[in-house]
Amino acid sequence: MQAKSPLARVVVHAVLLCGSFLFLFPLFWMITTSLKPVEETMLTPPRWIPSVWRFDNYVQAVTYGSQALGYIPFFEYGKNTLLLCVLVVTGTVVSNALIAYGFARLEWPGRNALFGLTLATMMIPFPVLMVPMFVLFKHLGWVGTFRPLWVTAWFGSAFNIFLLRQFFLTIPRELSDAAVVDGCSEFQVFRHIILPLSRPALAVVALFSFLYTWNDFLGPLIYLNDQRMFTLSLGLQFYQSQAGGTEWHLLMAAATIVVLPIIVLFFFTQRTFIQGIAVTGMKG
Amino acid sequence: MTEFRRRQVRAGLAFISPWLIGLGVFLLYPIIASLYYSFCDYSVLDRARPVGVANYAELGSDKLFWKSLLNTLFYAAFSVPLGLCLALGLALLLNSGVRGLTIYRTIFFLPALVPMVALAVLWLWIFNGEYGVLNSFLSGLRVPAPGWLTDPAWSKPALVLLSLWGVGYAMVIFLAGLQEVPVHLYEAADLDGANWRHKLWHVTLPMISPVLLFNGIMGIIGSLQFFAIPYIMAPNGQPARSAYFYAMYLYDNAFLYLRMGYASAMAWILFLLILFLTLISLRLAARYVHYEAG
Repeated sequence: MQAKSPLARVVVHAVLLCGSFLFLFPLFWMITTSLKPVEETMLTPPRWIPSVWRFDNYVQAVTYGSQALGYIPFFEYGKNTLLLCVLVVTGTVVSNALIAYGFARLEWPGRNALFGLTLATMMIPFPVLMVPMFVLFKHLGWVGTFRPLWVTAWFGSAFNIFLLRQFFLTIPRELSDAAVVDGCSEFQVFRHIILPLSRPALAVVALFSFLYTWNDFLGPLIYLNDQRMFTLSLGLQFYQSQAGGTEWHLLMAAATIVVLPIIVLFFFTQRTFIQGIAVTGMKG
Repeated sequence: MTEFRRRQVRAGLAFISPWLIGLGVFLLYPIIASLYYSFCDYSVLDRARPVGVANYAELGSDKLFWKSLLNTLFYAAFSVPLGLCLALGLALLLNSGVRGLTIYRTIFFLPALVPMVALAVLWLWIFNGEYGVLNSFLSGLRVPAPGWLTDPAWSKPALVLLSLWGVGYAMVIFLAGLQEVPVHLYEAADLDGANWRHKLWHVTLPMISPVLLFNGIMGIIGSLQFFAIPYIMAPNGQPARSAYFYAMYLYDNAFLYLRMGYASAMAWILFLLILFLTLISLRLAARYVHYEAG
């Protein structure tokens, strides 16, 4: 629906500008607070721009309490988070691509029934699985290690199987049939024909699993108990519970450190991102 | 069976073999185990001891269970419809042929990217009673400033307000739906002398109703499992458990009190509630949602 009259256009722009201000303000406030000297965080009325830019706050935030007990090693947390992201993203892409190929391109008895069951499991909320999974990992001796947080990613997940299967179905059959006639194995067809043509869909799956792992709070909260093994999300929460209510400039610096990589990633992958979300909604 | 067919079956099973393990070990087994635990007294340290429906019966008279359930329903009842309206409103504005669409879309989407823990920490600062920017803004406008997270009457509205900041995903989905609406429908409506309200009501909304349904169901499922943000912003659901949500009580039962059976019973009630609300949405959808043929 188009806004045609000039008046309508002005109104639309005015509303969008006000909205933009409201949506951006909290992020602006996070960053400007993170650069203030501590006294300036406690002024009424507030000071919008710091009088001196304290980049040193970031150094303090990542070495918070390093002289005292309960040092918050943010670099360590960053490394842990990245390691988990790499393991989860790789596992998610590899396993779901293989599985989706099996569902989309090969004929075997029981395929449709199993696919139906797969879709049905998407209805199950995480809390139902949470307790038995914990018990299972406890018996395996995995609680307190990273394994519960990434191993499952290597065994497929219903939503990603669905997404990739839909994509694989759109690739013309003739391409793979020709390769089979030429003597290619199914794996070669998958590797050399389907995968290269599926880059956009694989990118969406990779991006969302990265984001999920970076953001995940409940998983690390349940399974990690050694403070040195925390992820950034869990570390930030721990930091907040230790230092909350006082040193807001340092907390905002720490929060910025958790947010910024995601925003940078978004700007580099914006198209994949927006299309990925749109596809998710349209397929549903 | 021909050689070709046999090869297909063998390859098919090989390709999906990770999923046979994943589905069995990480989904079907936990589902069955969880159902079993929900009829047991189980602390992980001891063996699970069957107790019949005792957990479910106890939940019926557990005040905190009802409190957390009502808090969660309150949150869902406000955050889902308000979020849908805001997301749809923004998407409609963005789709009105306005210049700078991609810039505006990026701006409205950015907050949805903020990791939940960072979001919780940031809004703790914004809502802060003493130096919070929101209250200094409100007192600048001579509006009485509520205590937000320290006032039992305002803690849930504060969380609803904060949830509206993250409508970016729903907005992008709406926008994609709006862009699919064929232009000729609006042209036909124009010829009939329809104004923008007619077009919104009789063209746009019916055409995007499947997307509305999708966003609605996703919103319900998400809001009923609301956990990380209140867990960080309102530890133990304080003040006065006014921000104690269902998933928080479930988590506390499982990992704080080690009442795995009780927590499992809660999980199954949550599942049934989600199923029930989804079915109601689908029933309503059968009446109102318009699917294009083909």
